[in-house]
Amino acid sequence: MIENLNILIFEIYKIFLLIIPILTAVAMIVWLDRRVWAFVQKRRGPNVVGPFGLFQSIADALKYIFKEIIIPASANKIIFILAPIVTMTLALIAWAVIPFSEEIVLANINVGILYLFAVSSLGVYGIIMGGWASNSKYPFLGAIRSAAQMVSYEVSIGVIIINVLLCVGSLNLTDIVLAQKNLWFIVPLFPMFVIFFISALAETNRPPFDLPEAEAELVAGYQTEYSGMMYAMFWLGEYANILLMCSLGSILFLGGWLSPIDIYPFTIVPAPLWLIIKILLLFILFSLVKAIVPRYRYDQLMKLGWKIFLPLSLTWVVLTASYLFYFNLLPVN
Amino acid sequence: MKISRFIKTILLVDFISALIIAIKESFKSKKTLNYPFEKGKISPRFRGEHALRRYPNGEERCIACKLCEAVCPAQAITIESTEREDGSRKTTRYDIDMLKCIYCGLCEESCPVDAIVQGPNFEFSTETREELYYNKEKLLDNGDRWESILAANIKADNPYR
Repeated sequence: MIENLNILIFEIYKIFLLIIPILTAVAMIVWLDRRVWAFVQKRRGPNVVGPFGLFQSIADALKYIFKEIIIPASANKIIFILAPIVTMTLALIAWAVIPFSEEIVLANINVGILYLFAVSSLGVYGIIMGGWASNSKYPFLGAIRSAAQMVSYEVSIGVIIINVLLCVGSLNLTDIVLAQKNLWFIVPLFPMFVIFFISALAETNRPPFDLPEAEAELVAGYQTEYSGMMYAMFWLGEYANILLMCSLGSILFLGGWLSPIDIYPFTIVPAPLWLIIKILLLFILFSLVKAIVPRYRYDQLMKLGWKIFLPLSLTWVVLTASYLFYFNLLPVN
Repeated sequence: MKISRFIKTILLVDFISALIIAIKESFKSKKTLNYPFEKGKISPRFRGEHALRRYPNGEERCIACKLCEAVCPAQAITIESTEREDGSRKTTRYDIDMLKCIYCGLCEESCPVDAIVQGPNFEFSTETREELYYNKEKLLDNGDRWESILAANIKADNPYR
């Protein structure tokens, strides 16, 4: 009994050790996003609260906590409250399988990539629930757009992941990273990396694919009726998802925690730091894209997803498979 | 033409050139001011917070002619006056409702003795409504506080009147 309790406490301790840095990172990443965006537009961005404005997100979070939560009279209360919780929970539980180094991983499960894929697919539920339960026009339209968009781009992300899996021969994320010891997958699979990046933008509702919350047309999309902490939870979930996509990108294509070159000055940098650097670089790219690209029209978005990305990635799967098969490079376990 | 366009699209040429421009621009100097710590230049004609000025000997300039009260399009000014022992007419009450004021500057224009002026201060937000109902005391206090700048502004604007 006591032993079981000990194990439980240890697990909870580990979870907190993971979740608190991630929530902090999400807060910092919101700041970084605003800052990069401002820099591209030659503005200063948040720079007053704390050193370089680093505590801006914390100030914002405090503001959200003390704001009143307004629930529309015609809304479905239970689902309305549940939606941001679902979004945030799903965005956080996915982090359980992300390996920060060969040892530091909360759950080293054999189907890690499938788990990640499943959780990020479920993410659409939070948005649909939020949009539907609000019982109002703009959230509803936003939710419909979001659902269609996320579902279509998930297909191509899935196919891209198949490309990587063909080269690795395992669904375990640690194995995927270790398979890149000699060559990061970004080199042989570069077009797939580009498509993955763009699909990740669409998957996380980032500009240029931010149609679900297109300010000019839909006020704030599915978040329109939300306020206070519930709105903040949507935001946190969204940014946690973005971070997750960045880390997925760096694990699948940029060699996860591996250092770029296996020689002296690079090897003393601790492994998790490499992953963090890669995530940050990808995230800065995310923010830059937000600053430079205009929003897609809805039909263009669908065209890009179904008529270009899906055929392209499927073709690449065939190419990769044929190449590996012909040169007898298929991984054997 | 179509093929070159196709190749451009596939290689994301436009996107990458935009990305390079964005990165270049983000290291250039900022176009915005670091507002609470540095402020923009303000014209001498700037119409900000009101102030009632005094003569150098400390006497109030206002002669209670009520031209400003009459000209004020928002009817934000209220003036009451009496005759003092020395026979001069002075205000007993000079209120400006800063919430009604539209900062048109007509009171300043109409004043024959340059008593009511609008200074360069635009940062006088308050936490309550009541604090923005300015009375004579507050306006004279403003005048004393900003006098050097107000006098310089009037002097600078004088050649164009």
